[in-house]
Amino acid sequence: MEHFISLLVRSVFVDNMVFAFFLGMCSFLAVSKSVKTAVGLGIAVIFVQVITLPVNYLLQTKVLAADALATGVDLTFLAFILFIAVIAGIVQLVEMIVERFAPALYNQLGIFLPLIAVNCAIMGGSLFMQQRIGLAADNTQAITSVWDSVAYAIGSGFGWMVAIVLFAAIREKIEYSNIPKPLRGLGIAFITVGLMAMAFMCFSGIKM
Amino acid sequence: MGLSKKNKEALTAPLFKDNPVTVQVLGICSALAVTNKLEPAIVMGLSVTIIVAMANVIISLIRNTIPNRIRIIVQLVVVAALVTLVSEVLKAYAYDVSVQLSVYIGLIITNCILMGRLEAFAMQNKPWPSFLDGIGNGLGYAMILVIVAFFREFFGTGALLGYQIIPQSVYDAGYMNNGLMLMTPAAFILIACIVWYQRAKDESLQEK
Repeated sequence: MEHFISLLVRSVFVDNMVFAFFLGMCSFLAVSKSVKTAVGLGIAVIFVQVITLPVNYLLQTKVLAADALATGVDLTFLAFILFIAVIAGIVQLVEMIVERFAPALYNQLGIFLPLIAVNCAIMGGSLFMQQRIGLAADNTQAITSVWDSVAYAIGSGFGWMVAIVLFAAIREKIEYSNIPKPLRGLGIAFITVGLMAMAFMCFSGIKM
Repeated sequence: MGLSKKNKEALTAPLFKDNPVTVQVLGICSALAVTNKLEPAIVMGLSVTIIVAMANVIISLIRNTIPNRIRIIVQLVVVAALVTLVSEVLKAYAYDVSVQLSVYIGLIITNCILMGRLEAFAMQNKPWPSFLDGIGNGLGYAMILVIVAFFREFFGTGALLGYQIIPQSVYDAGYMNNGLMLMTPAAFILIACIVWYQRAKDESLQEK
């Protein structure tokens, strides 16, 4: 339980997807113009992350890892293709299920779901998870069970959402500022993210 | 060169005027993450160039046979297969660099440059122009990577490609490496400066 919480908190603040690993920047910059859409995309990312990460965890440990399927068989090199196939498939599935059973939610999330298939935060989550499986069990970053992978999924998705919502809020304010012409839009957005990343760096000393 | 005007445009426009990173805002994630040293930045730039060019050619060859509904999945599978190839080659011949690049090689799959160019160019054009477009965009991306990595490694460690450039006598005189350059915020701010410079030179790129 302790490890679960530690993993969760660390992945929100210390190993933040955006500020520590630059993941999911493309949609981060494109969608962060209003807080409302940012919240929508953030929820969609958490949702997909929580489903895909445990599935990819099982895939990695039960099928791909050396000697998992049969002794002497190591399919790790297939990881990229299978992970992305799982992500794309699940995104499609989630889209259909949400459309069928929760049309209201679909109207809010609908346009974001296809975008998420190519969001690096999702793929990055799976790849970091793959790296962390091999770590010693007492390492705070180790992922040793399905539950750990769920904790990491919630944490990393939530951390991404926190980042994008904060950034969207700042960006709404920036709209009214007088910025030098060449810096407007993309330029000032990068500087803002840079300053936010500096602020998030102060979490990096936290030991849990 | 025996290139028609349109083909030449496809090759050279992405280098400056239509740069994938600073103008099209694609592939930011990896552009920032691998740039704290020059060597991984160069390897990453070359890998992406090769993968974009090859993926563009393959998708362009089969563009008329891909059903529209599943085109994203087809594109992802083609890209994932190419990325797996490059990753295995790197592990075999440049193991140190592949360790440094860690998950970011896998993340080329979700690099928006690939999906963006496949959707915007390769789906409508013949293989040869698609190849040139891929090379152009890959090099445009690599160029930004190299510029950012140059400044980060030079000011962060006083070295380039691992060779010490700033002599010891300068350190003795009180000069110090800027540790922040190796952290994440510096990458954001350096890209912002490149965007700033480019938009100040070319006013047609400015927003609003």
